[in-house]
Amino acid sequence: MNINRLSAMTKRVLLQLWHDPRTLALLFLSPALLMTILKYVYWSNPDLFQRVAGSMLGVFPMLVMFLITSVATLRERSSGTLERLMISPLGKAEFIAGYAIAFGLTSLVQATAVSSYAIWVLGLKIAGLQITLIYVAILDALIGLAIGLAVSTFANTEFQAIQFMPAILLPQLLLSGLLIPRAAMPRILLDLSNFLPLSYAMDATRKVISNQGSILNDSLIIFLFLALLLSAGSLTLKRQSK
Amino acid sequence: MSAAIRAINLNVQRGKSHILHDLTVEIPRGVIMGLLGPSGSGKTTLMRSIVGLQRIASGEIQVLDLPAATKPLRSKIGYSTQSASVYSDLTCIQNIRYFASLYPQNEKSPEQILEDVDLSRNADQMADSLSGGERARLALATTLVGTPELLILDEPTVGLDPVLRVQLWALFNKLAAQGKTLLVSSHVMDEADTCHQLILLREGRVLAQGTPSELRARTGKSRMDEVFISLIGAA
Repeated sequence: MNINRLSAMTKRVLLQLWHDPRTLALLFLSPALLMTILKYVYWSNPDLFQRVAGSMLGVFPMLVMFLITSVATLRERSSGTLERLMISPLGKAEFIAGYAIAFGLTSLVQATAVSSYAIWVLGLKIAGLQITLIYVAILDALIGLAIGLAVSTFANTEFQAIQFMPAILLPQLLLSGLLIPRAAMPRILLDLSNFLPLSYAMDATRKVISNQGSILNDSLIIFLFLALLLSAGSLTLKRQSK
Repeated sequence: MSAAIRAINLNVQRGKSHILHDLTVEIPRGVIMGLLGPSGSGKTTLMRSIVGLQRIASGEIQVLDLPAATKPLRSKIGYSTQSASVYSDLTCIQNIRYFASLYPQNEKSPEQILEDVDLSRNADQMADSLSGGERARLALATTLVGTPELLILDEPTVGLDPVLRVQLWALFNKLAAQGKTLLVSSHVMDEADTCHQLILLREGRVLAQGTPSELRARTGKSRMDEVFISLIGAA
């Protein structure tokens, strides 16, 4: 891992994002809009708003990073720039880490802005620390990024990449305890959910919101998943075609 | 001095199709080598094998005295694909600065490189707003970062008007005069005359190799497209 190449890679990805003000605006405005809608949807049941909105703070960064990572890497593949990089001294790990750092920083800003808005404007109450919530949101974002990177190999077009969201991400979301607590699900689904990274991300988010239980274990498991998914992603970057 | 590229009995398969058949070529240093042939003749596959992007089934490729696809070659080869591989959402200078920062050493500054390809005025222009000719020159500029000794250019002039083509070829000559080796593919036969040497490919085999005048003498034809057709007839 060469620090100059890594920072060049990170800077380039951020620069591309910077040149795309519409995407930037959507990154912040759409979660804020959705949170506002939730607030009024649950107007008659504020307790439910507290429960759902808190979890959504973890869901947004993940969905967004999944989408922008899979589209961005697919664009690198289809425009030929990925091949251009593969014949340069840039390492695969540097390529992936560059994206992870750039999008991780983006989700740091996003999570800070959206959680602040939810807490100060919409009156969301979190028992834990906001900074812990932001930390968990970044982990969620990195999971989205890692899955997006891994699936972009199996997509030939941006159309297909987008389709992986309902195919890969939404089932995980349904099983993650967002709808009902995981323990209340049938045994077989509970066992299945134990093998999905999102379950731990949502567990951690809920623990911060209610300030009950330590997120240390969840964090560790998420890091394990990240290491696994990111190295799978780096294996799919081939320097040579068959 | 040893050859810039030496391929011996090269075979390449993609899926079930056999693209290159026992191909043997040698490209000396410091020349502009034209790689000509109809589409589907294996030009791109040969170029990709030389830069190390294509896995080869058998045979051997030596590039600048090193086996192809080895790490030390990465800062010595510049390669541009048929479609300009640049970031359309970055400016020209940002594209070049980024690619340059991936290399341990750079022979020229990003500003000098843009000057070389006559894009200084467009430095702060986004790549997606460039005209076809400017985009082609930006793609060429990305091959000049690092310390390239060998430039592999896949159809760099495709779709360009005659004036721009002449400009690009003048630039290739300038680069060759600086001691670089260029392998340039084309299917425009009148570009062949501007090359020092030519390789004619057909169906994954070398049909002929030599200087334009040698090939003319061999076939007794004056126009390059006639030379090519006559060589195909003789094969």
